[in-house]
Amino acid sequence: MNRTVLGLLGLVTFGGLLEVAPRVGLVPAQYAPPSSRIAAALAEQARQPQFWAALGDTVQTWLTGLAIAVAAGLAVGVLLGAVPMLWSVTATTVEFLRPIPSVALIPLVVVLYGSTIRATVVLVVYAAFWQVLLQVLHGVADVDPVARDTARVYRLGRWARLRYLVWPSALPYVVTGVRLAASVALILAVTGSLIVGSPGLGKEIEVARQSGAAPAVYALVVVTGLLGVVANVATRAIERRVLAWHTAVRTEVGA
Amino acid sequence: MTFVRRIILAVALPITLLGLWWFASEGSTNYLWPPLSRILTAFGDTWTAERLRADVVPSLTRLAAGYGLAVIAGIALGVLIGGAPRVRAFTEPVLEFMRAIPPPVLVPIIMLVLGLGDTMKIVVIASGCVWPILLNTVEGVRGRDEVLDDTCRTYGIRGGLRVRHLVLRAASPQILTGARQALSIAIILMVISELFAAENGLGFTVMQFSRGFQIPEMWSGVFLLGLIGVALAAVYRLVEAWLLRWYHGQRLSRREW
Repeated sequence: MNRTVLGLLGLVTFGGLLEVAPRVGLVPAQYAPPSSRIAAALAEQARQPQFWAALGDTVQTWLTGLAIAVAAGLAVGVLLGAVPMLWSVTATTVEFLRPIPSVALIPLVVVLYGSTIRATVVLVVYAAFWQVLLQVLHGVADVDPVARDTARVYRLGRWARLRYLVWPSALPYVVTGVRLAASVALILAVTGSLIVGSPGLGKEIEVARQSGAAPAVYALVVVTGLLGVVANVATRAIERRVLAWHTAVRTEVGA
Repeated sequence: MTFVRRIILAVALPITLLGLWWFASEGSTNYLWPPLSRILTAFGDTWTAERLRADVVPSLTRLAAGYGLAVIAGIALGVLIGGAPRVRAFTEPVLEFMRAIPPPVLVPIIMLVLGLGDTMKIVVIASGCVWPILLNTVEGVRGRDEVLDDTCRTYGIRGGLRVRHLVLRAASPQILTGARQALSIAIILMVISELFAAENGLGFTVMQFSRGFQIPEMWSGVFLLGLIGVALAAVYRLVEAWLLRWYHGQRLSRREW
């Protein structure tokens, strides 16, 4: 309770500082508008259908890219994790491709797809895929040796092993991977739109910047931040839900 | 024997893939997918020593400056905030919000305030990188061992000595996790800050190639960016292994128990 109050107080103080600093001339109001003007610009944006279309485009880019990345990461991860031979062959390639920054692909997708949502989705998929893949690989490797031997003794088939042994052990890692991937995917969805010029919030920010509408720029940035907070809260909630059994089991064993 | 086998396994796929690319693209007339041989020639022609000095060195210098600022500020603020529960509760929602903002959208804002110079680019990199380091430091400082904390108090260890040997040491695995996340953000921001009206730098040059449809040169730039990413990740791994050698050793010995 006390923590919530303090946190709210912090938010209010932060907003107050942003309001006062430009008004007393600490920062130029022209470039850093007071928070009341940002709020007004936000209300103004909310009245325009263009804003909602951009928000919809960004969310669509984000979720499409995330879905493709999670599906591909799961499939490849389980395959590589289940067949050690495949992993030893692909390990160096994965280790090399993974640190390649997704922005390196921006010039490429611009030439290939132009300023389309598809260009941005490619960036999102590339960035988010590795997050999922690595977590799945860790998860598959984390299967308890005793459980593995038990499954072997009981002669569980390939499919049953995957369903009852590998999947439950890997699930916490998979969920972590999805959470990390969701935030990276959002960053790339907005960045792609900002740089490539595909429809979305990033493009609106760039348009507002070029027309010198500082309050609108700030308002749109606040919106992207709120989207990020929503993503964090949603993925944490899903994590708690999917893994409800898991923490319970762990604490019981631990005690 | 097994060593040789491991090496063969490790390099087999990359060589096969590159070979496939080489031969599949050899007679390519599609100008978007030039032959690999032409890309490699373009790589040699484009990234000469002079070009590296004019474009790559400024980019990497700005990266180092911004990242360094973020590390120092993130750890210093993180130790302050993480050490005081009330301050933590007070700042947590604001920090969570700031972290949730995709860093590249800060570029337009910082550009409004600071213009287009090197300062803008360094501040962009620093302001994007500071959040993962800061929040991980806060978590690490908060999660320090209570027994060690009490031991320090009993022995009257205070001030700088306590920060160095207890707080920073306990938080270092978490801080380094944050530093790793920050490093990939730093590379992204290095490139992006140069896409807006720059006169030199890697991101600027590669985007110039892309806009001018100099396709082999553009591909060579994508290669170079990839190589820089891989190299920085390798350097990071070395630094981490060295700084956390006590931690890895501790975990290893626990596992042997």
